[in-house]
Amino acid sequence: MGSFFRVAWHVMRKDLTVEVRSKEVLLTTLFFAVSVVLVFSFAIVREGRAPDDVAAGILWVAVSFSGTLAMGRTFERERYNDTLRALLLAPTDRPAIYTGKLLGLLILLALVEMVLVPLVGLLFTAPILAYPGRLAALLALGTLGFAAVGTLFAAMLVRVRSRDTLLPVLLYPVTIPVMIAGVRGTAALFQAVPDEAMAQFWIGLLVFWDAIFVTLALWTFEPVMTE
Amino acid sequence: MTKLNTLFIGLSAGMLAVAPWIINAAPYESTMGLVQKVFYFHFPSAILFLVAASICGVSSGLFLFFKKPKADGWALAAAELGLVFGAVTLVTGPLWARKAWGVWWVWDPRLTSSLLLWMIFSAYLLLRKYGGPGSDKLGAGMALFGMINVPFIYVSVNVWRTLHPQTSVVPTLPTDMGIPLWFCFAAFTMLFVTLLNLRARLEHQRARVEALYLAEDEA
Amino acid sequence: MRFCRVFVFLVAGAAAAPALMIAAQPPPQSEFVPVDEVPPGEQIPAINLVATAYGFVWVVVLGYVWSIARRLQRVEAELADLESRRK
Repeated sequence: MGSFFRVAWHVMRKDLTVEVRSKEVLLTTLFFAVSVVLVFSFAIVREGRAPDDVAAGILWVAVSFSGTLAMGRTFERERYNDTLRALLLAPTDRPAIYTGKLLGLLILLALVEMVLVPLVGLLFTAPILAYPGRLAALLALGTLGFAAVGTLFAAMLVRVRSRDTLLPVLLYPVTIPVMIAGVRGTAALFQAVPDEAMAQFWIGLLVFWDAIFVTLALWTFEPVMTE
Repeated sequence: MTKLNTLFIGLSAGMLAVAPWIINAAPYESTMGLVQKVFYFHFPSAILFLVAASICGVSSGLFLFFKKPKADGWALAAAELGLVFGAVTLVTGPLWARKAWGVWWVWDPRLTSSLLLWMIFSAYLLLRKYGGPGSDKLGAGMALFGMINVPFIYVSVNVWRTLHPQTSVVPTLPTDMGIPLWFCFAAFTMLFVTLLNLRARLEHQRARVEALYLAEDEA
Repeated sequence: MRFCRVFVFLVAGAAAAPALMIAAQPPPQSEFVPVDEVPPGEQIPAINLVATAYGFVWVVVLGYVWSIARRLQRVEAELADLESRRK
């Protein structure tokens, strides 16, 4: 167990060190996320006012779109330098490498969300501070489920033709259950009369899907990455 | 196509051809009336849609974890049949709903998750078609993620509040309605098995052709 | 494997989650009740929907059988060609 987490920790630190030096993925993802929010604002705002109950949807669309971008980019770097092969040749548990990659991506997306959530709260007058714990749980669990599948698919797609178009094509149908739970749970917290029980229900469902997705991803990473 | 396969396809086509008379003899449903007869096509194709998804997932697991090369052909065949039977389910469903519920579509858990599963298998087939080398393993991983939706779809109507009839409809079906249903189910299943067999054979023959070309290149 | 314990933990999480999903809900239709007569004025639009559904099944099945037959014929011809060349 100890070495599993040590390897995961090293892979994560490697990714984050590269990222701290260039900030490429963080900045492009962040900018893209903000653009998505703006595009949606222009699409739905009428006479200077956004309709009610759209904040949750826009937040999650921005998270999923920018998340796909970040996943594609982190593995693009590995492919470009042909370092994924070196990483996989290391005499360690493959699932540990996957876990490290996933943790790196999660930290990146958490940083993006820290900007995204206040922005959505500000632009769409969503009560983001009413239930900070519940909102954080929804975002963390939703991002985990999404990123768990995304990391696996992005890693597998490194070797496949037309990977840039295929990542969203494969990822969105599979992760929509997580998206639905995230959006409905967040909407329950953002509505005029917040429904805590409903948010709790969706958090439970997110735990359920996350457990399935993470287990299945850890399980399939090994055989899928073996040539 | 072998003679046996042709026979089975002919037989199921014959059964589908006489099905309208058998369905016509069945009684009308008390609240939905005539339109409920869509059920006799909708239910078998929906069940086989889920069966196809499960076969695809299980064969993908065999391919991925136990390195059975032929299982990949079965997975691809099952995915394609899932797409076909899923399309039948997703088209006959709204036709029934238009009359029974007054709308073509509602976003309830059963309908949404069925559409999702269909999307997953469309994505799987897109990947297999355009992914090139390496897409077989990735596809297998994808199919496993698709398969976990199956039990979710099956129980969704019993867990959530929804317009869709519950799973208990079928076991409590009166005999007059049960005979046409199982008649249609038999026809659909025979068709499914034969087509799955043929489609998998197509994939296995393709693999043989590829191996022969490789051998020719080496020689 | 080392992540076995993580696995067990996750499965336990998956098993516990549905407990949170129980909610009071009105029961949907749980059985079909047969009647002999269709309410008058109902048949005309419904028959179109049923006929469309039946027609769609036929179109899809025939189209798919044709597509498989064509592809299979092509591959088997290619296979026969290759095998005769090897001899």
